[in-house]
Amino acid sequence: MQTLVEAGLRPLLIDENRRAGGQIYRQPPPGFVRSKKVLYGFEAAKAEALHGSFEQLRSKIDYRPDTLVWNCTPGQLDLLHAQRPAAQTYTHLILCTGALDRVMPFPGWTLPGVYTLGAAQVALKAQGCVLDGRVVIAGSGPLLYLLAYQYAKAGADVVAVLDTARFGGKLRALPALLRQPVTLAKGLYFMAWLRARGIAIFGGVEHIAADGKQTLHSLRWTRKGKTTEIACNALATGFGLRSETQLAELAGCRLVFDQLNQQWLPQRDDAGRSSVPGVYLAGDGSGIAGADAAELSGRAAALALLQDLGLPPNAAAKNALASESRQLAHTLRRNLLFRQGLETAFPTAVDWARHCADDLVVCRCEEITAGQLRRSVQQEGSIEINRLKALTRVGMGRCQGRICGAAAAEILAHATGLSVAEVGRLRVQAPVKPIPVSSALMAQEQT
Amino acid sequence: MSLLKRVAELERQRVSFWLDGKALNALVGDSVLTAVLTHTDQLRRTEFSGAPRAGFCLIGCCQDCWMRSEDGVAVRACTTEIEEGMRLLSGRMPAAEREHA
Repeated sequence: MQTLVEAGLRPLLIDENRRAGGQIYRQPPPGFVRSKKVLYGFEAAKAEALHGSFEQLRSKIDYRPDTLVWNCTPGQLDLLHAQRPAAQTYTHLILCTGALDRVMPFPGWTLPGVYTLGAAQVALKAQGCVLDGRVVIAGSGPLLYLLAYQYAKAGADVVAVLDTARFGGKLRALPALLRQPVTLAKGLYFMAWLRARGIAIFGGVEHIAADGKQTLHSLRWTRKGKTTEIACNALATGFGLRSETQLAELAGCRLVFDQLNQQWLPQRDDAGRSSVPGVYLAGDGSGIAGADAAELSGRAAALALLQDLGLPPNAAAKNALASESRQLAHTLRRNLLFRQGLETAFPTAVDWARHCADDLVVCRCEEITAGQLRRSVQQEGSIEINRLKALTRVGMGRCQGRICGAAAAEILAHATGLSVAEVGRLRVQAPVKPIPVSSALMAQEQT
Repeated sequence: MSLLKRVAELERQRVSFWLDGKALNALVGDSVLTAVLTHTDQLRRTEFSGAPRAGFCLIGCCQDCWMRSEDGVAVRACTTEIEEGMRLLSGRMPAAEREHA
């Protein structure tokens, strides 16, 4: 935004949230009083800077908060704000669609009381609430320890942190992680802080299973062949993040399977150009790299957009931008090495599909089990994910496979002996999120 | 049993709303999800097995927190702000009882 405004443009910013800041620097509703230090901890200065520069830009841009982009076709976006549809044309589009938690299903994961790590964090940051009762935090990735720290500090009863990553992996990842010593130090600080307060941390945890009737009441796991069970009321869980790629796909961007993210991602060059002229990609929506990298990739995409527009007109300024653009690309490539280190330290469960039982619910929306998916492979010969969707309804529900898509692909790959890339990707449909039927009809009448 | 516990931002104005015919209090700025889950432990029942659900992602992605209001309007609890006088249903009561609520 800043880069575009400085170049004399007046961009339109469409934000699904009510206030600027995205997920990491999410702002609570007006009238909330906690300081930025309390809300964002070590990241308070960055949050302050980001919110500050947004306020300065606000009168220079067309800001549309609380607005969903529910469809994207070449040159046009379909919007929904306050239940009312609207169409918006564009010549240039920067997609910053962000990410959500990657969750691999486990027994009991649909019980009330089980949430994603991100959900648990949003409850605290944006609503001043924590998960009630005895809380277990389980999964893998850096957010695990950050959340445990934030929760314990805020007064939640954190009884255990279960890390599915092993110590060996972390040791192997050390050289890559040392590329960002501050980030690494923060992680180690959170772990030490938790240990000092007597909060149990278990590494190398496997086969997590939640139990309960109306709500969660206990959690079981194995570690070094030994099974442990504890009573708890809430579980926050996640295994890294997944990019939200739906709008890029609808915009016609070419998607390629990315080994690092284990996901189909819109292809982008170093500057953030997609395969579609005029459509740019920034932030975690086209590969997970974190909040700092998101700011840099936003700047890079804006510079690319200006270059493509032939701006700024004078040659010296043009050269300065080109040189900054190269510098940003270099920094972002280095950042990727750190991200590769994180993947080594916190690997996604590789043999997850082999271990999940037939009665495990994979798709929360349509309540489709692993067994139903496997039967479709055996009896109907499904070898492609959209065929599997048509036959079993997996990924056909309200979330369009955002939550279950990765798991369904793993099961299909395991059952067919193909790779996750070979089984294909779930095709997205508009609307990318549920909208009232009346809005869709009104939009159709307008066009 | 409640699923959420308030630990900050307690000095806000109250909002009253109805859940399954019962009058409850929330605070201005609460999402529908916060308003409901600080009192109880479910938002809906699934269409297929009837299992209770209480949301999952809280950022408008998983679509597992869609509630119904008494007049049949669908409300995504995590992204909708609670409003004075809202009349919400959690799917906990059988339909017949709900008619008289």
